[in-house]
Amino acid sequence: MHRIKCPFCGERDESEYIYQGDASVSHPPFDASIGDFYRYVYVRDNPKGWHREWWHHVGGCRMWVQVARNTLTHEIYATAPAGGVLDFPEDA
Amino acid sequence: MRYSVFSLLSQGLRGNTGWKPAWRQPAPKNQYDIIIIGGGGHGLATAYYLAKLHKRASIAVLEKGWIGGGNVGRNTTIIRSNYMLPPNTHFYEHSLKLWEGLEQDLNFNAMVSQRGVLNLFHSDPQRDAFARRGNAMRLAGVDAELLDAKQVKQLIPVIDIDNARFPIEGGLFQPRGGTVRHDAVAWGYARGADALGVDIIQNCEVTGLDIEGGSVHGVHTTRGDIRAERVGIAVAGHTSVLAQMAGIELPVESHVLQAFVSEGIKPMLDTVVTFGAGHFYVSQSDKGGLVFGGDLDRYNSYAQRGNLPTAQNVLTEAVAVLPAVARLRLLRQWGGIMDMSYDGSPFICKTPVKGLYLNGGWCYGGFKATPASGWCFAHTIANDKAHDLNAHFTIDRFERGHVIDEKGAGPFPWAQ
Repeated sequence: MHRIKCPFCGERDESEYIYQGDASVSHPPFDASIGDFYRYVYVRDNPKGWHREWWHHVGGCRMWVQVARNTLTHEIYATAPAGGVLDFPEDA
Repeated sequence: MRYSVFSLLSQGLRGNTGWKPAWRQPAPKNQYDIIIIGGGGHGLATAYYLAKLHKRASIAVLEKGWIGGGNVGRNTTIIRSNYMLPPNTHFYEHSLKLWEGLEQDLNFNAMVSQRGVLNLFHSDPQRDAFARRGNAMRLAGVDAELLDAKQVKQLIPVIDIDNARFPIEGGLFQPRGGTVRHDAVAWGYARGADALGVDIIQNCEVTGLDIEGGSVHGVHTTRGDIRAERVGIAVAGHTSVLAQMAGIELPVESHVLQAFVSEGIKPMLDTVVTFGAGHFYVSQSDKGGLVFGGDLDRYNSYAQRGNLPTAQNVLTEAVAVLPAVARLRLLRQWGGIMDMSYDGSPFICKTPVKGLYLNGGWCYGGFKATPASGWCFAHTIANDKAHDLNAHFTIDRFERGHVIDEKGAGPFPWAQ
């Protein structure tokens, strides 16, 4: 069981959240090329190790939370609110 | 040694002292014509069909662990070809036909059991959707029958037709679907490939690819460098890791899928059943255990284990379909890493690197595809050109807008 620390509600079970994917991608400008949009929608680094990701605290405060989580060990390093700065392991 | 009733009898009379290992344990050579990375079902099948097509080529399969230790030994052993979109229907039907002749072809008992696959539906709209899929299958020459609730109850007496929340209205049945002993698929293909001269090298992890001037010239491994002008990647679950070595961007994420086996019980289920109001599939193994699974854990993971909320969800679904299993004990539970592509369909294709070929993105559906995947990948590597059956399974289909989105889930790999 992941225990994810919501910046607003505190540490909660993963079953209160919905996973919303890779948080390292951002929307390209509207005049960007098709290739840029393709990479935004489809291409992911899919790292084996530390990963920036979105979890939606849908069973709690309904805010989106940034999470630094390890995909190999399921360890959680840090969390941050959507607009905040996420602490990320230096070796990643 | 050819396996037959006579070899069994003669070995029995000699105290079973004459059995030989089913494949050799060769040391890697410095050079091969073709290297397949990944000694799972798909890699071994590819090597087997390549060796059949290309009798003179020297071929090696490099496996980082041991044969049968990855997803080929971690799935729920179901085979079927009940797909609606034409590229999938034809590909998976080819696979089912290869399953039907597999044991004779390999001279190996893989316990292919065509016990039927039944997809339950629970509402009128779902019946319409399933009827449409069944009709698409029949138009392509695949067997499909639409059963009503009474026929479902006749087929599976222990099923809960009158479930209060999700009553069963009927099911789409594919009689030719079924199950296969998954370990035997790995062993059978390994033995068959080995007999045709393929070197199967275990405990040999690829750590880098030797790419120069846009072409591949070999691989770096934990057991030394090996040269080859043609390299095939068949490492579903870890495709991103290998693709990164080649600098290839992929629309893939790795996710964990759990599977479960109950304690052994007397025969209660002689077909494969899937629950249509959630995601749950179950069959009974020959040993008597119920083998079942459900959804992904739905977060990126390379850990071969899942978490309890998903397990609880799967077990709830089990009890909703088959209330009689509520007091069964769970014997084993494990996880496997899925290559989740962004449309739920696989890749069997060339890559931007010359001589480098890709097989991956199998999502949940890798096991049933094993024979056709190997067959098509072998054809693609041997001819440097896709077969008609896998011509649509390219990486660039996303950028071109030609996704093969069987489920219609949108670009979310964990929702496929």
